[in-house]
Amino acid sequence: MNPKLRKFIEFCKDFSSNKVALVAFFIFLLILFVAIFAPLVSPTDPYDLNTVSIMNSRLPPFSEDFSGNYFLLGTDGAGRDMVSAIFYGLRVSLGVGVLSGIFALIIGSFFGISAAFFGGRYESLIMRIVDIQLSFPSILVALIILAAFGKGVEKTIIALILVQWAYYARTARSSALVEINKEYVDAARCLAFGNTRIMFKHILPNCMAPLIVVGTLQTAHAISLEATLSFLGLGLPITEPSLGLLIGNGFEYMYSGDFWISIFPGVALLITVASINLVGDHLRDMFNPRLH
Amino acid sequence: MLWFLLLKNSKMTAFICTRFAQSILVLFIMSLLVFGGVNLVGDPVEMLINPEADQAEVERVIRELGLDRPVTEQYWYFLVNAFKGDLGSSFIFGEPALKLIIQRMPATLELALFSLFISLIIAIPLGIYAGYNPDSKASKVIMAGSILGFSMPTFWVGIIFIMIFAVQLGWLPSTGRGEIGTFMGINSSLFTLNGLSHVFLPALNLALFKISSVIRLTRAGTREIILQDYITFARSKGISEKRVVLIHVLKNILIPIVTVVGLEFGSLIAFSTVTETVFAWPGMGKLIIDSIYNLDRPVIVAYLMIIVTFFVFLNLIVDIIYTFLDPRVRIKGDHQ
Repeated sequence: MNPKLRKFIEFCKDFSSNKVALVAFFIFLLILFVAIFAPLVSPTDPYDLNTVSIMNSRLPPFSEDFSGNYFLLGTDGAGRDMVSAIFYGLRVSLGVGVLSGIFALIIGSFFGISAAFFGGRYESLIMRIVDIQLSFPSILVALIILAAFGKGVEKTIIALILVQWAYYARTARSSALVEINKEYVDAARCLAFGNTRIMFKHILPNCMAPLIVVGTLQTAHAISLEATLSFLGLGLPITEPSLGLLIGNGFEYMYSGDFWISIFPGVALLITVASINLVGDHLRDMFNPRLH
Repeated sequence: MLWFLLLKNSKMTAFICTRFAQSILVLFIMSLLVFGGVNLVGDPVEMLINPEADQAEVERVIRELGLDRPVTEQYWYFLVNAFKGDLGSSFIFGEPALKLIIQRMPATLELALFSLFISLIIAIPLGIYAGYNPDSKASKVIMAGSILGFSMPTFWVGIIFIMIFAVQLGWLPSTGRGEIGTFMGINSSLFTLNGLSHVFLPALNLALFKISSVIRLTRAGTREIILQDYITFARSKGISEKRVVLIHVLKNILIPIVTVVGLEFGSLIAFSTVTETVFAWPGMGKLIIDSIYNLDRPVIVAYLMIIVTFFVFLNLIVDIIYTFLDPRVRIKGDHQ
């Protein structure tokens, strides 16, 4: 059998040993599926003005309108079906969270590995910046950026990248420091490979395990932070209705007892974040019990 | 011996000086960032001048604010004025931004302190229980709850609190600060019943993520302490288990927990922005969010500069305290 395939099967078996994490993983896959195919799986298009009727606004869960449309989770203030709004919202939330996570991973591991590789003043400078940034709570860093530069999709993503890159840089550096002293790096040096090639083709692949663990937990954090910022009106604009914005929209109807408009998007957010966290927790235990 | 102490102290002094210089540098970079954000991205005239002003007024203010001068000169004036404590006046309230923020500071501090108190009161007993009986069902429920507490978005939990306790049950008020009482010269809403009823829900909401982390800390600490020799010794003397836990374990666990939680007090202030917005609590956090809505730029700039200064010096103090408490911190180049 192909050794890579065997390794993968072993990994799957190992992962399945924790039933909670396995269930969380399948829930996350389902959420991912719903988010990617939101236009196909949603009962209605919540942002198509032809199908949304203001007559249906604030219908409670399990209700039906006059033309026989069924609203499992009710409708919001503009008459949109909550199920569809949540599916589309998951798409935005996951999209922003994953995208910012990938960029932060790339930037953070670049600085982390190069810091470990070159050492000296360069390393001290990078790690000092990382330390200083990590001494500020993440919400404060995002708040400073968004308050000074205004809201928007790109700005929210930039803020989330800036919040996260330091965690990746620290993780990448500490695992690269271990790898650098191994023989294969010496061998690569003897072959006179370029620094870039050694750093990113030889060292980086061996640092991936801890980076993936940090990546899962950080993505959950980013999704939650984006929701918070959008709820506060600092994050995404109204044209990109993420789960945070949906919860914020429902907040004004809270006092009249229309709980479903902000509760259900929140439940979706909670399930998403918790499932990613549970998978991340288990991956952490599997890869490196000493991490954190 | 004396020589060694001197060397140690001079190292310590050098360390403190470096950290202080770094703090000043961070403040300087932050002022560049905030100034750049307000003045270079977007139109400063539109942002800094009241939109209701007429043409003559606009030109007068442009000259007064020095917006017709080079950017470097403008930045210099911004710094000089900031040092004098002049961070501009609010468009909405017409009062100095600094004064507005200082007025709202007690409400935020009161909320943060009370939620710190709540989190310790709830989390320490639960954490000790979970550490003392790690295999019991209740401990597993407590630990699962703490993972859930990490995953739950604070603002959404706040909304649920309002729905359950204010809207459905009608037990507690959900918005604003209550009556303010005076005790020993301090004005606070914690000294009146009405005030306490107002502060309870927001403080509990703000305490949630702290509760989760303190439970984990306490549990880990308890599990470690319970294996120590002095606990075995206390038990062998025939001291009751109740006394062992309440006196010996609690006493030893309290010091590290109070240190960590106290040092993390800043994060409560940062997160109070969210809680204050949900519960319409009239603190600094709500002021900044309102100012962002209203494009009240002087207040935004002032708030950001104040909060950054606060954090930079808080971190400086934490660093210095840590060097006194833990000599390992002083080892150069240790970033682990």
